[in-house]
Order: sequence, then structure tokens, then C-alpha cells
Amino acid sequence: MNVIDIKNLSFGYFSEHDVLKNVNMQVKEGDFLCIVGENGSGKSTLIKCILGLNKVTKGEINVNGRIGYLPQMTEVQNNFPATIEEIVLSGTLPDNIKRIFYTKEDKQKAKETMEKLQLYEMRKKCFYELSGGQKQRVLIARSLCATDKIILLDEPVNGLDPKIVIEIYELLQKLNREHGITIVMVSHDVERAVQYATRVIEIKNGQVTKDIAASEYGTGGASK
Amino acid sequence: MIETIQEMLSFAFINRALLVGTLVSLCAALLGVSLVLKRYSNIGDGLSHVAFGITTIATAFGLAPLPIAIPGVIVVAVILLKVGNNHRIKSDSAIALISASALAIGVAVTSATTGLNTDVCNFMFGSILAMSMEDVIISIVVSIIVLILFVIYYRKLFAVTFDEDFSKAIGLKTARYTNLIAILTAVLIVVGMRMMGTMLISSIIIFPALTSMRIFKSFKSVVISSGIISVVCFLIGIFLSYLYNISTGAMIVMVNLIMFILFTILGKIIKE
Repeated sequence: MNVIDIKNLSFGYFSEHDVLKNVNMQVKEGDFLCIVGENGSGKSTLIKCILGLNKVTKGEINVNGRIGYLPQMTEVQNNFPATIEEIVLSGTLPDNIKRIFYTKEDKQKAKETMEKLQLYEMRKKCFYELSGGQKQRVLIARSLCATDKIILLDEPVNGLDPKIVIEIYELLQKLNREHGITIVMVSHDVERAVQYATRVIEIKNGQVTKDIAASEYGTGGASK
Repeated sequence: MIETIQEMLSFAFINRALLVGTLVSLCAALLGVSLVLKRYSNIGDGLSHVAFGITTIATAFGLAPLPIAIPGVIVVAVILLKVGNNHRIKSDSAIALISASALAIGVAVTSATTGLNTDVCNFMFGSILAMSMEDVIISIVVSIIVLILFVIYYRKLFAVTFDEDFSKAIGLKTARYTNLIAILTAVLIVVGMRMMGTMLISSIIIFPALTSMRIFKSFKSVVISSGIISVVCFLIGIFLSYLYNISTGAMIVMVNLIMFILFTILGKIIKE
């Protein structure tokens, strides 16, 4: 089953459709997809289209289910007073957006997610005092609260040291294999990312240039 | 000390000031948490100057200042936040630009008409005597609205302030919350300006949040403690101002400053 289905998508921020040109791609349930490409290739724009942050005018995007998004960390978060619990809990917002307070179910869901990612013991800790890897785990937990199917990560390992990077990839792989979460990840860190991903899509100048199994990547896999 | 307090409370104008001040301080602190965290600290300063400009113009034409200043400042506040999202002109430069221009227009209008009389002086530095019954009613209404909206939107304000991109992706209309904060701040500044003065009103927005962040590390505790710190500083400030006959606005800011220093030292000690 396709969780994301993109057909003939073209997009540009001004009148011309020049940032993405006729993109066709599918994400299947259970995929661990890594989208690679240089800066300015259109990766971020594609993500924004999938999330519905960019209004698509040409082509079609169908998303089956809710996406848990993990954006890049911002400067604001560097000294933002917030506990792990508060952040993870905010991931449950889409469940009952109209309510004023969190429900028991929300809190239970947040608790289970924190336990799954070994965050529960330190749930009262302040976000900005955590290490880079722990911060990323908190944001993954939040995105898991927002979905039970698919998470979309934008450069999740940017600026982390190599040991932590592997930890994050292993965690994603575990979520993918054991919990059946579909993962779409945009990354610069191609060489390591492809060791954990199941599929790789390469984007160049707004077009899909490769769509192959991860095992074929770097072995001169056939260009599309 | 108790006698002094009793004496203070026997004046109707002080009772009015206490009521308005407590409400405005509380609301300013709540909005301040969002503004400080969103790096919009300067917006209060800019808006207060705009409020000054509009107020002087209204006064020069013999009009009641509040009904004109409130919508005027709201418009500027929304524009400033829009610019902030736009990135073409950096929002801090935009604020500096508008703030200086509004102040200049205000001063020019004043010197061309009435000259720098007591009224204008009160706009600049605030006056505890300036609280009319009208101010009391407006400030109660505004404060209740701020408090209710803050509780209703608390979860969403947290999400939007912490991570705008994530909030957009889960379907929150983030611009709506930013505008809401801007509008409430604008109204609060106009209401609080009479007592605190144009030059000092913005400080009661940012000080309590910054002070409480020296020690508290969860969003909820920062929000609650900011409110408490703000009201406590206001009450101490107004008491000292009465006791030593010092300008109320200035005294409140100085108490806030001392509190900030205390919390900074305390925060350092706790860390060790």
C-alpha cells in the first residue's frame, strides 16, 4: 500500500514551476526511505509539499494517514524552557485540537512513547540541557505521538557526532522494523544513511534522478 | 509599614492604580513569555513608541487617545510581525525604524501644538494619577480577555512558540496565534502606558519572563512564576514609589531589575 503517492508534481515559489519538475514517487508502507540531494536540489521544497505547507498547484500528492514531522532544530530551542514531557505531549495535539487541556489518553500515549524511547525516567529534564542525541530522541518521540504510521525527518543527524548519528539511525531502524513505522528521511549524510535505509531517492535540479533499493546505491545503480 | 499601606489604600487613585497595575503586570508577564522566547523582545518597545506618537496626535486634535491608539497600535503590531516572517527587512530593523519615526512624529506634533506640558510628560514617564475610571474598566476587560485566551490557547501557544514548523505540519494556523499575541500586546501596551510611561512599559513585558528563566526550566513553571514575579514587583514598586515619592514606572522597573539580578545569582548558585 502506498502511504505517500506523488504524481506529476511541479512546483515553484513564483509563477514558474521550476523548483520541482514533474516529480513522481511513491512511499510504500514499511519503507525506510532516504531522500538525498545537494543543497538547492529541491528536497526541502518537496518535504514542504508533502506536509501541505506549500500549496501544490500542478500535479497531485496523496497522503494516506497523518505524518509525524521532525523539522530541523531552530535557534529558538537553544534556551527554551521546556521539559521533555511538555514537548512530547505537544505531539498529541492533532488528536484533539479543539480541546483546552490534554486528556488522560494523551498523557498515556506520551508516557508510552517516552518509555519506548527511554525518555520516561528523565521526563522532567529541561530540553536545552540535553545532549544533541537526546534532543533528537525527544523530537522523534513527539513526532511519534503525532502519528502511528509515518514519520518524516529533515536532516535529523545534522551537526551530531558520528557515534550519536549511528545511535539515531539504529533507533529509526528499530522503529521501522519492530514497530512498522514508515520512515522518510532527508539527509546529507548519504554514505551512512544508505546502510540503514531500504530505499534511496536522489533529487537533482528538482527531478528524481534515482529511485533504487538502498543496497544498490553507490554501486552505480541504474539512473532513472 | 502597615500604617503606610493603610494610608495608601485610603486614596481612591491608588486603589485604581493597584487594580489596573496588578492586572496589566500579570497579563504583560504572560504575553512576555511568548514574546521573549520568540525573540520579539523589542516589539514592546517599538509599539510603546507608536502608542506615544498616536496618543500625542490624538491629544493635539482634542480627541480621546485610547479609542484611537488601540486600533492604531494593533495595526502596527500585526505589520511588524508580518515583516518578521518575511525576512526581507529584518524585524529588529523594522521595529527600530517604526519606533524612532513614531517617537519623532509624536515629539514634533507636541512641540508644534501644546509644547512639552505635564500631559506629555505623563505619557512619556507615566503617572499614577493618570488612571481614570475609563482606564480601570478598559484594563479589567482587556486583562480578562488576555487571561481567558491564554488558558484556552495555552497548549497551542506552547507548540507554536517551541516549534513553528512542526505546528504548521500538524495543522495549526500558526500565523493566527502570532497575530493574537501581537494584538493583545498592542492593547496591553496602550492600557499600561498611562501608568508606566512610554519609555518604561515594555520592560514589564520582558523582565518577568527573563527573570523567571534564570531559575525555572519548564514552560509551565516559567509562565506561572513570571506572572507572580511581575505582580510582586509591581506591588513592591508602587509601595516604594509612594514611600519615597519616586516616579512609579521607574520604581517598578528598578524593582524588576533587582529581582532579575537576584534570580541570576540564585540560578548560578543552584547550578553549582
